[in-house]
Amino acid sequence: MYPSMSCWTRRGLLLALALGLALLVPMALSLGAAEKTRRSVGNGHGTGVTLRPDDSHGDGHGVNKTKKIFPVLTFDFAHVKIPFEISLWVLLASLMKLGFHLIPRLSSIVPESCLLIVVGLLVGGLMKLVGAAPPELQSDVFFLYLLPPIILDAGYFLPIRPFSENLGTILMFAVVGTLWNSFFIGGLLYAVCQIEGTDLKSIGLLPCFLFGSVISAVDPVAVLAVFEEIHINELLHILVFGESLLNDAVTVVLYHLFEEYSGLGMVTFLDVFLGVICFLVVSLGGVLVGAFYGLLAAFTSRFASHTRVIEPLFVFVYSYMSYLSAEVFHLSGIMALIACGAVMRPYVEANISHKSHTTTKYFLKMWSSVSETLIFIFLGVSTVAGLHSWNWTFVTVTIILCLVARVLGVMGLTFVINKFRIVKLTNKDQFIIAYGGLRGAIAFSLGYLLHPEEFPMRNMFLTTIITVVFFTVFVQGMTIRPLVDLLAVKKKQETKRSINEEIHTQFLDHLLTGIEDICGHYGHHHWKDKLNRFNKKYVKKCLIAGERSKEPQLIAFYHKMEMKQAIELVESGGGVKLPSAVPSTVSMQNIQPKKSNSERALPQISKSREEEIRKILRSNLQKTRQRLRSYNRHTLVGEPDEDGWNDLLLKRQKIMDMDKQISRMSNYLTVPAPPPESPTLSRSRLASDPQHYVPKPTLGNVPIIKVDLASPQSPEYVSVVDEFQKEAVPLKEEDEDAGGLTMKVPLGDPKKEEQEQQDGGKEQQRLMRCLSDPGPGGAEEEDEPFLP
Amino acid sequence: MGSRASTLLREEEIEEIKKETGFSHSQITRLYSRFTSLDKGENGTLSREDFQRIPELAINPLGDRIINAFFPEGEDQVNFRGFMRTLAHFRPIEDNEKNKDPTASEPLNSRNNKLRFAFRLYDLDRDDKISRDELLQVLRMMVGVNISDEQLGSIADRTIQEADQNGDNSISFNEFIKVLEKVDVEQKMSIRFLH
Repeated sequence: MYPSMSCWTRRGLLLALALGLALLVPMALSLGAAEKTRRSVGNGHGTGVTLRPDDSHGDGHGVNKTKKIFPVLTFDFAHVKIPFEISLWVLLASLMKLGFHLIPRLSSIVPESCLLIVVGLLVGGLMKLVGAAPPELQSDVFFLYLLPPIILDAGYFLPIRPFSENLGTILMFAVVGTLWNSFFIGGLLYAVCQIEGTDLKSIGLLPCFLFGSVISAVDPVAVLAVFEEIHINELLHILVFGESLLNDAVTVVLYHLFEEYSGLGMVTFLDVFLGVICFLVVSLGGVLVGAFYGLLAAFTSRFASHTRVIEPLFVFVYSYMSYLSAEVFHLSGIMALIACGAVMRPYVEANISHKSHTTTKYFLKMWSSVSETLIFIFLGVSTVAGLHSWNWTFVTVTIILCLVARVLGVMGLTFVINKFRIVKLTNKDQFIIAYGGLRGAIAFSLGYLLHPEEFPMRNMFLTTIITVVFFTVFVQGMTIRPLVDLLAVKKKQETKRSINEEIHTQFLDHLLTGIEDICGHYGHHHWKDKLNRFNKKYVKKCLIAGERSKEPQLIAFYHKMEMKQAIELVESGGGVKLPSAVPSTVSMQNIQPKKSNSERALPQISKSREEEIRKILRSNLQKTRQRLRSYNRHTLVGEPDEDGWNDLLLKRQKIMDMDKQISRMSNYLTVPAPPPESPTLSRSRLASDPQHYVPKPTLGNVPIIKVDLASPQSPEYVSVVDEFQKEAVPLKEEDEDAGGLTMKVPLGDPKKEEQEQQDGGKEQQRLMRCLSDPGPGGAEEEDEPFLP
Repeated sequence: MGSRASTLLREEEIEEIKKETGFSHSQITRLYSRFTSLDKGENGTLSREDFQRIPELAINPLGDRIINAFFPEGEDQVNFRGFMRTLAHFRPIEDNEKNKDPTASEPLNSRNNKLRFAFRLYDLDRDDKISRDELLQVLRMMVGVNISDEQLGSIADRTIQEADQNGDNSISFNEFIKVLEKVDVEQKMSIRFLH
């Protein structure tokens, strides 16, 4: 990645490792110290800053207080112990992640999950050396805190289209495949256990089945971790990943069934029948709970336009609640989370602002990344920490059976599934699906949950599970990438979806729906069409705020594309922004029916009044060179640019190049680009000399939109104050000030406009300066719910 | 109804249709009963009104165009042969067909022919190009009435700009194919006709 920076990467790596080790030592020490301090305090209240004099010398209370030296510095670790340790672990995880990516070659050979497990092993070993007890991966912590962020991240960003198109296949693999795996492995293991000489006779049939069900589930965390790095094509990715998500219901039911009855040693047909019912209840119940919370979240987000800062919170809290609610009833929490995320996403995204969307996305990614890292590290640590009981036969037979069961299962199921699929699964696909069945931390945690009294062989089970997990993650994880290259499996297409594809895909959808109707065949397209219609007619109206509920999907997609392009332009050109945004905002106006003229008028009036007030204030206030900035914890205000002159010239050059690009794009602009005028440039100039700069007076009644280019969140500050579009006067002449594009809308009547221009733009500049940091009220008003 | 169907559809006809379109025997009989149920006039052909009687087609934005696609140039009636010929485009592509006689003409459900069918739905005047106006018409049908003309125009312009390679401001069939090369047309344009 950085070919010329090998010495820097090495230094960086050393630094990261040093930091990591530097953390490990104090952590280990602190754990040891905490133990010691706790033991030394007799009454268990912990050492504290005692202002009372130390009266342990036998004097009575309060009568003869001997004066002690005031403790300037004390050491009190016990009361921050738990948060401190957690933070240390998280920090360790993140630093390790950083470190790995500094070594480009290593991260391309070995998947991250392997490296993290190794780190966990090292940390566990270190802790054992120091004498502290390394923590084991508690099932509670895992299921309640570490797993949900990963699943939510997966569910929220689940690609719905390929998922629903392949749902039948995925369900077959998840349900039938897992059942087959569990019984095959369980049954054959029992048979092997009965063989003389392995001293495994004590393991009954039901514990074997229980073990089989625990070990056979494909793990979403491991699959995500490995598949993310190999960039395989969408179909295979969604098949394996979908299977790993949906097999949770099967695992839950089988686990509970066998755990309940393994004490009794027999399962009747009634139990099996009830188990099937339970499966249906668990999976459908989970989905319903998730969908319910998802709809709640969508509904709440509709009203969130005035408190944008907490919008992301709704997404997280509702999803987590759905997971917990499902867990209360022992329903499938994973399916609830997936359903919640998938259901709420289209509506929430239409309602929340761009910033909130970015926040949600990054928080989810961050949490899931940290969770994943922690899980793998803890797996390593738990390996060192746990009690182990190694049995060669059991372990090797398990590993072999896992592989064999998986291969047979996939082959058999594909044979059946291909009869119903339009696009058949090839042998290569089958191989990748079989090979990608990785086991992970869920299996370990489920094993950990077993009671030692009921299951005396629990330690052996745990050892075997860990071995299988290691085997799949290390061997299969490391070799899958070269195998994918060797077999020339289709990779994921990196290019973005173009508007052509979107239009034609929708076109084909309609076409196929029509043909299906002609044939009288109620297939996939027919029901999808019906669902879309229902969605558009009833659901969207309830859940999406304002006019956006009527926006057709194509327009929404187009807006998204334009936004992305506009942002890219800013990031690459550094100052130019608007052309793409103009048609969208102009046409956004057009989407709203004519009656909303009154709605438009309202913000318009308040803004012009705002200008008046500001002008009055300004004329009485001293001229200042500093920016007026009001600090408010609840406003998201961007950092002002700190360009110097040197950057200015560089930027100007870039901007001129951008202009050429814009004029190329202008042929499909509905509104021509008015003269470029960068507030950035002008602001920097004004910082040095406000008097000498006179901006070009704006011509005519061209709709101009004020843009605050200083703040990085500038897409938000596009506020259409007014739209007087008399004649589209093409303004292609360029100034020496050809900076970026600003468009300022003429306010109210032309009179004010002239007055503005007469002021020689000093007002304008100050206007822009003031408006750039509008303070709490302004920021909220200008924040339109943009589709990200 | 049953006896009617069997007398009107002779074995030779079924064989011919099978050879031409690749449908299986049971699929052909099933589609024939659908054909007759649509054929209210009972004269062995379908007219446009027969199609328009299907309720879901009325609310389909592309309903009219799809109906038109069944009728050959200038005619108002379509017989069963023509009906099947059009539907054959939507048969899933089977792997074993790819190895058959390479000198024979392309089967109706090949990728190329599927795309050509879709292309013809855009290109009403049959000049082998999708012009801006034709694209606008389709967009207007799909998007509804609430969107302004200018916005739709800018989308159409952007679409053409993306796809157009020879600069003639319209999309030719080859450009159309190129744009859709990433889309899985085999799956998107196939209906699972149950056996």
